[in-house]
Amino acid sequence: MTTETVPPPPARLPAPLRSALIPALGLAAFTLAFTALMAFTYDATRERIAAAGEAQQMRLIDEILPRGQYDNALLKDAVTAAPPAGIKRIWRARRGGAPVALVFETFANDGYGGRIELIASLGIDGKIGGVRVTSHKETPGLGDYIDPARDRDKARPWIGQFTGAEAPPPQATWAVKKDGGTFDYRSGATISARAVTRALGQGAAWAAARRDEIFAAPTGSLIDADAQREREQE
Amino acid sequence: MKLQHLKESARNGLWRQNPGLAQILGLCPILAISTNIVNAVSLGLATVMAMALSNLAIAALRRWIAYEIRIPVFILIIAALVTVLDLAFNAYFHSLYLLLGIFIPLITTNCIVLARAEAFAAKNGALESTFDGIMMGLGLVWVLALLGALRELLGSGTLFSGIDMLVPELSAIQVFSSDYPGFLLAILPPGAFFILGCLIAAYNAINAHRAARTPHAPLPAALPQAAAATN
Repeated sequence: MTTETVPPPPARLPAPLRSALIPALGLAAFTLAFTALMAFTYDATRERIAAAGEAQQMRLIDEILPRGQYDNALLKDAVTAAPPAGIKRIWRARRGGAPVALVFETFANDGYGGRIELIASLGIDGKIGGVRVTSHKETPGLGDYIDPARDRDKARPWIGQFTGAEAPPPQATWAVKKDGGTFDYRSGATISARAVTRALGQGAAWAAARRDEIFAAPTGSLIDADAQREREQE
Repeated sequence: MKLQHLKESARNGLWRQNPGLAQILGLCPILAISTNIVNAVSLGLATVMAMALSNLAIAALRRWIAYEIRIPVFILIIAALVTVLDLAFNAYFHSLYLLLGIFIPLITTNCIVLARAEAFAAKNGALESTFDGIMMGLGLVWVLALLGALRELLGSGTLFSGIDMLVPELSAIQVFSSDYPGFLLAILPPGAFFILGCLIAAYNAINAHRAARTPHAPLPAALPQAAAATN
């Protein structure tokens, strides 16, 4: 009589499974560790990054609206515009509660290198206080004169001609001289100048027409929400 | 760690296996950022930091990285460290961050970083690997600096433009008179290819000249072995 010996249950997982599982666990462990490192760094730097971004934004705004003209916390006093306006954020400068100027961000999609982002201030008198290009991909040395830091003419940078210009009437815009308008451009790179001039004129016309509404709107609200709704219903 | 190994690492990084001229790796930043010397050197130094950190981390962890999954783990480590570097730049060197913009995350895709992880850090100690990363990075820095300087000089007649964004007291040097018309091609990406080509030709000529003068010495390891040019 033979006693059948039951084979002992396998103490370890089968080899193929093991060779797949161990690297997988290793990869998971590394992913976890390095994701934790990134999360920790993000958390540790978040406040500084926000502060640096705000300081940068204020440096830019200082160039188009002198800080002495208003006394409110400008970056906190913001509204947004409904997308059809072609304007993004709007900040409202006030002095002793009275309206002083609007600072608005607009953009042109028809630059030579694509999108051109702009920031401008519009005084309560309906005149442009200053304009800066905040991002663009225009050709270096050719179309990039729209950014005063790149403009060769340091004494009279091209973008300076908009300062003091009266906002166009509602629905209208500005044009460069080549298109029958009043604004200069530099030969060889008309497209960059045309895109900036047109976008800026549209933005200024829109903001000037709704000036009182913009100043009266509560912080964080959406301007021209009706137009947005109408557009969506169409 | 022997002194001889350090010397070897330095010679490899700076000349014989130079990432820009011999290995032809990391063309992505070379083309994109080398339009002037300030951008080129800034991104180069950021790459040095990324390479030193990633080589250090990979060499220190190499015993725990299973062979089968080493490439994904290397990429993971490199990407995580570059993200940390990106956040740190954004928080502590904001003006430099604005200048380098999207190019810091692109260090992840610079294959010289992965190449050194695989070829060196996975097989050597932490200190040697860190040193190798720094030397390879510096090899890239001097090529980028030269390329940036040539492109800036030919393209717009200046040197060090944009330095005021790093050190506000300094300003760019106008080398040619201000009515220099500029040479647009040098600034556009094709110009980067042309000038890099000239630099590689000069590099090969110097190596060939050296080899001819010492006929009995073995050929320098880096006489172009047709390195695979990627990214």
